[in-house]
This record gives sequence, structure tokens and C-alpha cells, in this order.
Amino acid sequence: MAKRLDLKDVDIYYGKFHAVDSVSLAVPPRSVTAFIGPSGCGKSTVLRTLNRMHEVIPGARVDGEILLDGENIYGPSVDPVSVRRTIGMVFQRPNPFPTMSIRDNVVAGLKLQGRKGKKELDEVAERALRGANLWNEVKDRLAKPGGGLSGGQQQRLCIARAIAVQPDVLLMDEPCSALDPISTLAIEDLISELKADYTIVIVTHNMQQAARVSDQTAFFNLRATGEPGRLVEIDDTPKMFSNPTEQATEDYISGRFG
Amino acid sequence: MTDGPAGTGEPGDRWGGSVSAPVPEAGIPTEPRPPDEGTSGATFVQRGDRIFRFLATGSGAFVVALIGAIGLFLLIQAVPPLLQNNADFLTSRQFEAGDPNNLHFGILDLLLVTVEVSLFALVLAMPIGLGIALFLTQYAPARVARPFGYLVDLLAAVPSIIFGLWGLFVLAPVIQPFALWLQDNLGWFFLFSPGNVQIAGATVFTAGIVLAVMILPIITAISREVFARTPRAHIEAALALGATKWEVVRMTVWPFGRAGYVSASMLGLGRALGETIALMIILAATPAIFTGSLFDGGATFASKIALSFAELNNNLSAGAFIAAGLVLFVLTFLVNAAARWVIARSGAKA
Repeated sequence: MAKRLDLKDVDIYYGKFHAVDSVSLAVPPRSVTAFIGPSGCGKSTVLRTLNRMHEVIPGARVDGEILLDGENIYGPSVDPVSVRRTIGMVFQRPNPFPTMSIRDNVVAGLKLQGRKGKKELDEVAERALRGANLWNEVKDRLAKPGGGLSGGQQQRLCIARAIAVQPDVLLMDEPCSALDPISTLAIEDLISELKADYTIVIVTHNMQQAARVSDQTAFFNLRATGEPGRLVEIDDTPKMFSNPTEQATEDYISGRFG
Repeated sequence: MTDGPAGTGEPGDRWGGSVSAPVPEAGIPTEPRPPDEGTSGATFVQRGDRIFRFLATGSGAFVVALIGAIGLFLLIQAVPPLLQNNADFLTSRQFEAGDPNNLHFGILDLLLVTVEVSLFALVLAMPIGLGIALFLTQYAPARVARPFGYLVDLLAAVPSIIFGLWGLFVLAPVIQPFALWLQDNLGWFFLFSPGNVQIAGATVFTAGIVLAVMILPIITAISREVFARTPRAHIEAALALGATKWEVVRMTVWPFGRAGYVSASMLGLGRALGETIALMIILAATPAIFTGSLFDGGATFASKIALSFAELNNNLSAGAFIAAGLVLFVLTFLVNAAARWVIARSGAKA
């Protein structure tokens, strides 16, 4: 549980298009790392390489190394499916499986791993739902479909589904962008709690959110239109938001971007 | 949106029917906004809207009237010969309607042959259609999927007379050894027992395979459309949990598309039940009774009617065949109803 991630000279391509140029950064265990930057700068793309979701798009490929506790997840003998089983992901829009009950949504990942005992699955479902601060709201309707929940509850259900398998790393791709402020606050509180057990990487467009929830912040940007995105700088969050090293970061954070 | 009074252009429209109290600063100054009453005509309706509603309603009503008229036509034509029938219409196996003074017709064999050949075709075509649709939407690279899809669609454009000729002259001799092998080894089972015709290959077996090929494009095309609409978000959710390709299909694509696949199959079955010319060519006419074997000859409703209709010279004989047609009509209706029931039971698609 809670492993560290190291990216070494990661270049990302969509076919011939060079999307992200040579990113190197380290994500320590039990911490929250926020990726910020303007739209199209490649921060979501980098996130999706961390659990090998990037390559499900035809033509997409990755150069460089991404090490999970020292082991390259792009190694020649590594099955992307097994990578995704240990690195969980939460998406921009809540995406519970519509035909599954709340309980079955939560344990879907465990079932994929071949765990079948009803008692065990029930326990895991309760633990994960408690972990996602959703248990009290849904404990009386676990057999109902997940699609009947509110947007914020659905997103917490998706977080419960991701943490049910106790992943080494939890990736979040703008998890609050489709939610109202109250649900957003609930998710942010949850992220702060989850940090005790998980390594978290979150992409966000909301700089206040990055400032509130993260320990370190990485700022991505394009050099120019048509150029690949790149990592401008990564540093402790308080420093990034008060006294960044790069002028570009300062401009972006203070709204003088462009 | 909700169907409030359309197009009044006031800002209050934004809330649709959900706000019942008038919004003070948003209402029309002279009169308060009338409460929403769904489709009631009390409120002002744009002329274009009215015309369109009339056209749409009219089209809907026309279809209902058309089906009713067809049913009524069949019924009116069928009743007089049924009253003069000397055999039991539902349980007799002989269909002799040539002599208007001695009508002797029953539909049991026609019904059994029709149902058996259609179900046999469906059993063959359903899994293959599912496989093709999943291959095209989930496995094949886009470069291959598109031309391959066109190819399958092209099958639907082949005239059924071609299928009939191909079935009798090309397919039947090719599958004959397999048919004999089935008879030799599984002949104890009624489906594979030796048949009642001597002409090799002019059997329900051959006809069913040809029918399967004919309904394959229907099942494939509709299933493919449905599977391709599986939301990307669901597929990514499954992938991110560490699902393999097959598990993604099982967790997201299949639950999403199952109802569509079933209705596609039922449409295929409907086509099979009514197919005429291919079966007329392939199936050997026989006076023998249908034994239930796939190696029997015989006739379906449609092929029997097509074979005999040209020689009819009086209303009573014609009516006897129309009565058979009525049963086919009801049968396809029941198949459709069953399909709807299956779809409703398997839950609404999200």
C-alpha cells in the first residue's frame, strides 16, 4: 500500500503528435500531489500514463520510465491490466456502472481479482464506503442501483470503488469539476483523510482546491500553441502559491496568464 | 425540456414547468402566466408547432389504422372458408383448399415448419451475430471494422431468390455429408432423425442455415449500433479497475447493449418467419406429415401461400390461404410482444 511514484524523462505521444515533453517528477507515498495548468497542457495526459490508461487510445504511446516503488510499470513483462489493479483512478464525471447495485459497484474491482466470498465482499464494501464517507447515506439501500445517487454521492461511490481494492496509488482526474460546492467540499475533506493511507495524484483546474488539498503542486504549461506540454516546476504547495521559482508559475497563479 | 407552453420567450421559460408560482419580474406584464397543463391547447401555440404536431400525430395514427386495416382484411377474408372447413383448422396437418366444395385445411404442419426453421435459423445466427457485433465494436481496429461492417450490411442487400438458389444448388450438396453424419450419430433425437423427403438437402436443415445467413446482417447491424453506443465513461471505469478486454465487455458493453441485442434478434426472427421465396425454392413439397426432424421437407406459411396462390380461382380457396396468413400475422405479433416483454424485464438502459 501507498507506494511512491517516480517519473523519469517521460515523453507522451498520440500517434505522431508529441503531447508531453520529458517530464520528471517524484510523488512521495502518503501525500497529495496536484497537477495544475491551462487546458490542453497535458496534465490529464500525464495522469493517464500513471496507470497505463493513456495507451487504450489507438496510436498512443509513452517513452521513458515510470517507477512504482522502483519498478518500471512500462517494463516489457508488465501487464497493463495488473498495473491498473494497483493504481486506482477516479474520473472527471462520476461513472458508476449503471446496471450494478451500489454494493456491486464498490466490489467490482475485487470481483475482477477473483474474490468471491459474500461475507468478505460485504465487509470490504462497508469499509470502502465508510472510507469514502458514504456509508451512512447508502447503508439502507446497498442493493439499489448506483445511478440513483446524487452527483456528489456518485463521485464518492466511485472513490469507494477505487479504494476498495486498496490501491498503491489513487489518481483523480478533476474529480470535482462536475460537482456543486458542497459536494466538492465533501470530496476535498475525503482527500485529506485518504492521504493517511494512500498516495494521491489529483488534476484540478481549481487553484484554490490545489492549495487546499495538496502537499506539492506541479505546474504544467505549453511553450507555445502546437508545442508539446511540459512540466514548468514542481514544489511544495505553500511555496508554489506564495513564492514560485518560475515567472510563468507566478503569472498563472496570480491570474496574469497569457 | 418539460413541455410547458413553448416559445413564449419570457425569461421564466428557463424553469420550465417546475416553478408554479409566477416570478414577479419575469412574467408578462398584462396577464399572469397560466399554469402549465402539459399538452393542453389552452395556451398560445406557434403555428409551425401546431402543424408539426398534426403531422406527427397523423403519422402515428396512420400506422395504427394501417395495421388494424390489415388485420381486419385478413379476418373478413378468412371467416367464410373457416366456416366451411371440413378439417380442424388448428390441429389438422393437411392443407387442401383447392376444391371450394370440399375445403379441408389445417395449419399445424405449416406452423410447426415455420417455427422450427425460424428458431433453427435464430439459434445459428444469434451467437454469430453477437460475435461479429462485438468484434466490430470492441476488437477490430477502425481500419478493418468499417469495410467489414459494410460487407455484413451487404448481405442484407442480396435478393432472397439468390439465397434460395445458392442454398439449394451450392450449400445443400456441401452440407449433405454433415447432415448424414448427424442422422447416423444423433438420429435417436427427433431433430436429427431421418426426414420425410427423398430429395437430398431440400430440408428444414438447409433452409434454416440459409435463413440464418439472411437474418445475420439484421442482428449484426442493430447490435453493432447499440454496442458502439456504450458510454466511454463506463468502459474507462472498467479498464481503470483492471478489467481485461473481455471483462470490459462483460461489465459494460453487454449490460448496456443486451436489450438492443434481444430486440435485434427478434427483428431477425420476424424476418425469418415471413421469408418466402428462399424457402419456397429450398424446401421440398411433400404430402408426408412433418415429424419435427430438421431433415424433413414441407412448407412454411409464406412458402405454402406463395406456391399455391397463383392457381387459385375462387374466393373460398383464397380465403383459406388468407386464414393461414392471419395466423402468421398473429405469430409475428406475438414474437414482437415477447421481445418487448424481454426488453422491459431486463431493465431500462441507462
